[in-house]
Amino acid sequence: MNRHQLEQLEQLEQLKNKFPDGVESIETRLGETTVELKKEFLQPVCEYLKKEAGLDYLADLTGLDLGVEAGPRYAVVYHLYSMQGRQRLRLKVKTSDAVDTVTPVWKGADWFEREVYDLLGIVFNRHPNLTRIYMPDDFVGHPLRKDFPLMEE
Amino acid sequence: MSELEVELAIRRKEENREEETETGEEIMVLNMGPQHPSTHGVLRIILKLEGELIIDAVPVIGYLHRGIEKLMESKSYHQVIVLTDRFDYLSPLVNNLSYCLAVEKLLGLEIPPRGQYLRVILAELTRLESHLMWLGSQANDIGAITPLLYTFREREGLLDLFEMAGGSRMHTSYIRIGGLLRDVPQEFIPKVKSFCEAFPRLMKDYEGLLTKNRIWQMRTRGVGVISAEEAINLSLSGPMLRGSGVKHDLRKASPYSGYDQFEFDIPVEKEGDVYARYLVRLEEMRQSINILRQAVEKLPSGPINAGVPQVVPPEKQRVGSDIESLIHQFHIMVEGFKVPAGEVYSSVESPRGELGYYICSDGSGKPYRIKVRTPSFVNLQTLAPMIKGRLIADIMAIIGSIDIILGDVDK
Repeated sequence: MNRHQLEQLEQLEQLKNKFPDGVESIETRLGETTVELKKEFLQPVCEYLKKEAGLDYLADLTGLDLGVEAGPRYAVVYHLYSMQGRQRLRLKVKTSDAVDTVTPVWKGADWFEREVYDLLGIVFNRHPNLTRIYMPDDFVGHPLRKDFPLMEE
Repeated sequence: MSELEVELAIRRKEENREEETETGEEIMVLNMGPQHPSTHGVLRIILKLEGELIIDAVPVIGYLHRGIEKLMESKSYHQVIVLTDRFDYLSPLVNNLSYCLAVEKLLGLEIPPRGQYLRVILAELTRLESHLMWLGSQANDIGAITPLLYTFREREGLLDLFEMAGGSRMHTSYIRIGGLLRDVPQEFIPKVKSFCEAFPRLMKDYEGLLTKNRIWQMRTRGVGVISAEEAINLSLSGPMLRGSGVKHDLRKASPYSGYDQFEFDIPVEKEGDVYARYLVRLEEMRQSINILRQAVEKLPSGPINAGVPQVVPPEKQRVGSDIESLIHQFHIMVEGFKVPAGEVYSSVESPRGELGYYICSDGSGKPYRIKVRTPSFVNLQTLAPMIKGRLIADIMAIIGSIDIILGDVDK
C-alpha cells in the first residue's frame, strides 16, 4: 500500500465521519474505490471532496440502467481524480428518476449530464441547460435504457 | 443561450424583426456547419454575431451519433474491439489499447513484456500519426497549405507501418484482449528505426514553416485562451490541459503497459492559447520519437500474448493445420468468453487526452454497459467560452487547436 492509498483511506474515514447518514457503503475492488451515496447528500459531499480531499477533476460522469425490475432503477456514476494526489475515486448514486446537478462544483459536468439525460432519461435538477445532446429534440425514448427496443416494431 | 432561444432568434430574423444591441448594431444569427470545411466533420455552431464579433456560440453535436455504446451491449467482448476503432478514427490503436486494458483489468491478465513494448511502440506511432494529421489540418485551416503536404507524406509512411503489422491502415483492431493479433513481421522494427532516424530532420521543415512565422504567430498567439483552473474545472485533458500549464499526463501519472520503464518529458506551456497547444504537440512528437527509440532498443523477445487459452485464440498458422486449434479458435470467436462480474474504469493518454473505458460486467459473455470517456467530447465543451468575444476567423484556429474528431465526439 503506497502513500497515496493511505491518504485516501484517511480521507474516506473523514468523509464517513463528516457525513454519517450520507455514505451508504465504501468498497474497494480491483484497486478501485467506490463510495455509494444517498442522493440527498450528493452535492454537499461533492463540494466537500473537491475542497477538502483535493478531488478537483471530474474525469467522467455516466449513468447505468440497473435493470427494469431493480429497486431504484438507475445509478449515476462519477469518476473523480485528484491532480495533486494522483488518486481516483468513484461515486455512485442510485435513483429512480432524478439527482441534483454537480455543475456548480465541476463546470465540466454540463455535457456529461446532458448526455446521461439524453440517453438514459435521468433528470439533473437545477442543470443550466438540460436538453438532448446526441438525439434529435423530437426523439421519443432514451436509447440506453434496457427496455429500449433494439428493432423497429 | 439555449438551443431553443437560438432557433427562436433565427425565426425572428426570418420574420425581419432583428434584434439590436445597445450600440445600435444589428445582431445576426449565423449557422456555421454542419458541413463547414474547418469544422473537421459534421459539427454545427450557431453563432450570434455583432458584425464580425461573436457574442454567443452554441455548438450542436450528434450528427455522427451511431449509438456504439448501445451496440456494444449486444456484442461479445471480442467483437467490441472492432467498434472501438470507430470512435477516434485517427488513433484506432490507442482506442483498442484502452479497451483491452480495461477488460484485462477485469480478467486479471498479465501481458508479457514483448507484448507491452509492442503496444507502447504502436501507441506512440499512433500519437505521431494523429499529431501529424492535426498539424496539417490546423495549418491548412489558418491558411498555410504547405505543411499539410509535408505531414501527409510522413503520415503515409506510418499508415504503411500499421498495414504491415496489423493488415489494415486505419481501422486496425490489432491490439487484442490478452495481447496482440500476431507478432510484428521481421522488417517492422528496422522500418520503425529508420523512421525515428529520419523524422526529427523532417520536423524541422514544419517548424521552419510555422514556429517563427509572423502570420502564424499573429493568428495563434493570445487566441482561445484557457486558464489552468478553468482547464481543470472543465475536465480538459491532453495537450489542451498541458497547453494551459497543468503538468498532467496519464503515461506518467498512472503508468500503464510499461510506460514507467521509459524516460520522457511532459511538455507544458503556460499561455493556454492556440500557439501554446501547438508548441506542446510539437514537443510531444519529439518525445514520442524518444520513447520509440528506447522501446525499439530494449524490445525483449518472447511471447506477445498472455498464456490464457480461455481468452487468447491460438496462432493463425496452427488453426489451419491441427483440429484442436481450429476448435479452440471457433470456440472463442463464436461463443466468446465470460468476464467476472464487476466494474472497472481504465484510461490511457490518447493523442487527444484522457480516453477512458468504464466497463460494467454482469459475469456473462457480453458487457452489461460500456461507457467511453472520449477526450474530444469533453474538450469540445470549451469551444463556446473560447470563441466568445473573438472574430469569426479565429474559430478556425480554435477548433483546429482543440483537435476534435467528430467520431470521438458523437460516439
